[in-house]
Amino acid sequence: MDTNELFIFILSVFIGFELISKVPSMLHTPLMSGTNAIHGIILFGGILVLADAATPLAQALGFVAVVFGSANVFGGFMVTDRMLQMFKRKKQP
Amino acid sequence: MSTLVALIFIGVAVLFIIGIKLLSSPKTARIGNLTAAAGMFMALLALHQPGGPSVWTQGWSFNYTLIAIGILLGLGLGAAGAYSVKMTAMPQMVALFNGLGGGAAALVASQEFLRGAQRPEGIGAPLAAAMQFATIIGSLSFAGSIVAYLKLQGKFEKPHTFPGQHLLNGLILLVILSLAGWLTFQAVGGNAVTGFVVMFFLALFFGVAMVLPIGGADMPVVISLLNSFTGLAVAADGFAIGNLAMVVAGTLVGSSGTLLTLLMCRAMNRPVTNVLFGAFGSGVAVGGAAAGGVVGTVKPIQADEAALLLSYAQRVVVVPGYGMAVAQAQHSVRELSEELGRRGVEVQFAIHPVAGRMPGHMNVLLAEANVPYDQLIEMEQINPTMDRVDVCLVIGANDVVNPAAREEKSSPIYGMPVIEADRCKTTIVLKRSMAAGFAGIENLLFYKDNTRMLFGDAKASLNALVAAVKAN
Repeated sequence: MDTNELFIFILSVFIGFELISKVPSMLHTPLMSGTNAIHGIILFGGILVLADAATPLAQALGFVAVVFGSANVFGGFMVTDRMLQMFKRKKQP
Repeated sequence: MSTLVALIFIGVAVLFIIGIKLLSSPKTARIGNLTAAAGMFMALLALHQPGGPSVWTQGWSFNYTLIAIGILLGLGLGAAGAYSVKMTAMPQMVALFNGLGGGAAALVASQEFLRGAQRPEGIGAPLAAAMQFATIIGSLSFAGSIVAYLKLQGKFEKPHTFPGQHLLNGLILLVILSLAGWLTFQAVGGNAVTGFVVMFFLALFFGVAMVLPIGGADMPVVISLLNSFTGLAVAADGFAIGNLAMVVAGTLVGSSGTLLTLLMCRAMNRPVTNVLFGAFGSGVAVGGAAAGGVVGTVKPIQADEAALLLSYAQRVVVVPGYGMAVAQAQHSVRELSEELGRRGVEVQFAIHPVAGRMPGHMNVLLAEANVPYDQLIEMEQINPTMDRVDVCLVIGANDVVNPAAREEKSSPIYGMPVIEADRCKTTIVLKRSMAAGFAGIENLLFYKDNTRMLFGDAKASLNALVAAVKAN
């Protein structure tokens, strides 16, 4: 961990605050769901540790992490898309 | 990190930021979600071992077979959940996915810790601290989200409290933090591993103990908070394994999620500490119900008469609440609004920020029923115009239309912004019975002179209204 990562971390905190302060409340559920999918990037953490796993226990835990992370990222984006595809304007008859 | 990987990483960060930005407008929200997904895909392409080769150029091994199976399994489970879930059960699904992410974050940090602690030199304090953080927050988020999921599914929905609960929770937290502090500087050897495992399970237990006392109706705030927790845990994992994409993505989720949580609490006029430690339903109901100020009588109305009022109104505002979701009445509401629209009545939906079980819950439900989103008006915009509304139709909403929030200084919800339904010419309340709302307090609206109560199941009442309007 070096200061570069800390720097990026601090900037990201402020960007996160700025981004969401302008969201109308009708989009809060899709937004929560969308950001939920974004933290599914933990899947990559799971892939990296499982790739290096040396013991059966490490492989088992890494495997569970990959399954969880994969469900988080794929399920998250899909469920958000399903919510959002319903936000349509009135169809002209 | 090679220049190419660095450039890809910058692209990933930009895609996530633009994605969240586009998610903030109804017109672009769907593209925003896809943009963030594209960022995720790009990050996968650039995935490399910290300081080492890309995962794509390493030789195939049994572990990679496991990875492939794991991804496909997760994809299957995630897709099945995402496409089978009913729109009314959406909050649960988000809670569940969030819990899985938190669990994954805790497992990744645990792996790194256990491996590092078995090396003779152990783990340096900054990395060890990041791993503790990710493990504690991740397992807390996992356990808490599962409890939140079960609560929203209707299992043990009531707050569970017992004397000394805060003290016990405080003690557990203290033990967890002490262990984490010790492990940060002594992350080496068998004792550290034992201590770590104890900490892991205590954090799981704490997640359960933290969410159990909170009532089902407060779950949106809890899920939003746990969502930001998971983001922070992922960011800490990013520090621990040296993956910048994880740091950025996790932090963005953490900070935006924290702000969203605060916005939700502000809309309910309650400090976030009150939600987490208050056990609202049990504590306040006693004092609230006793508060006086109920004047007037309840005046029931039949569907035929209500339909007449609606058909000859110029402007109708519908206030949906959790009761509409429970009764699955959103399609009937849309039918009624279309039927009225055909007769030249202007129909709008007034959306309270915390109506339902999640912010935006009502929007999602009504969108599912094909109500165009330009008919959905937020509270701040519609309140100044309520004087000019002929009929206000309150469907399964209670506390969010209670005028006590403006009139009764002694009321526990005094000061909470509400939709001012009582200012309309006539207010029709669809309600199953005279039971109090989630806050356990009398709703003064039901006793106002211009309020009529249409008792019964919301869906049945609405269908009766549709039939009666058609017959007019």
